[in-house]
Amino acid sequence: MLSIITEKTKKILISSKFRNLIFILFIIFLSVGLFEALILSPQDYLQSDSVRIMYVHVPSAWISLGIFSMMAFLSLGVLIFKNKNFVLISKSLAPSGFIFNLIALVTGSIWGKPTWGTWWAWDPRITSMLVLFLFYLLYLLSWKLFEKKKAVKISSYITIIGVINVPIIKYSVDWWATLHQPSSINILSESTIHSSMLIPLFLMTAAFALFSVLIFLMKYNVELIKVKNKGLNRI
Amino acid sequence: MNLDTFIMNGYGLYVWSSYAFTLFNFFILYKVTSNQFIKEKAKFAQKYKSLNSDQVILAQKQPTNRTFVKTVAHKI
Repeated sequence: MLSIITEKTKKILISSKFRNLIFILFIIFLSVGLFEALILSPQDYLQSDSVRIMYVHVPSAWISLGIFSMMAFLSLGVLIFKNKNFVLISKSLAPSGFIFNLIALVTGSIWGKPTWGTWWAWDPRITSMLVLFLFYLLYLLSWKLFEKKKAVKISSYITIIGVINVPIIKYSVDWWATLHQPSSINILSESTIHSSMLIPLFLMTAAFALFSVLIFLMKYNVELIKVKNKGLNRI
Repeated sequence: MNLDTFIMNGYGLYVWSSYAFTLFNFFILYKVTSNQFIKEKAKFAQKYKSLNSDQVILAQKQPTNRTFVKTVAHKI
């Protein structure tokens, strides 16, 4: 049963039609999202137009956190079930997670200058995001530095240890005195952000999520075809 | 759209540079991954071409191989 599901999932993941669909959706969401974020959305009463950086900064941070959590979950599966497909999925997720983490750090730094008057502060949220960036870096480096068997184990441990940092990032604004404001969007209670800002934020989040899916699909195909190339050598 | 859209009350440089950095990274990541994909597909096509008929039958038993063969069929 599991092998049938795996095969069907694999078929979707390597389908070029599915990839093209994701690409088209990404372009649509990005175009509408950019128009909303840069033109239609209102200025903030305090931060003025600099608030528009939020529409790239926040989705990037969310997605980098989400991807790392998924990687940790898959790594647990790798260590327990020795599932090779989980290794490929986790490895294929890492590049987009890393780039989104980098975007969150850099755009956060750019946003910090007009808002706080500094490019960088050793604030708990920023520092914990930097730690996550280092974990992403370690994960990617582990695949470059070690041979495959060792890399599978080491990269899995890196994500499992690194995922401890995810709740720290999430709750850092509540646990410590920080330059960041407490979260404005809550799943369980009403959001404190107006719909005119919420709509572009969700559109950009959808666009970024679609982009990460697109990169994941391409990277997954690269990794899978590498495995198949080795397989052809053995025939 | 007018000049105010670009100046953004003096915050234009910060806002536009953030968006430019984001889109630039998207482009680079897409390009790098796409190049890797093209390279690996070319390798696959080349290896598949060098197989004899028995080896092709064996390779075709795997559904993933069949899918990849379809995507690189023009090169085989």
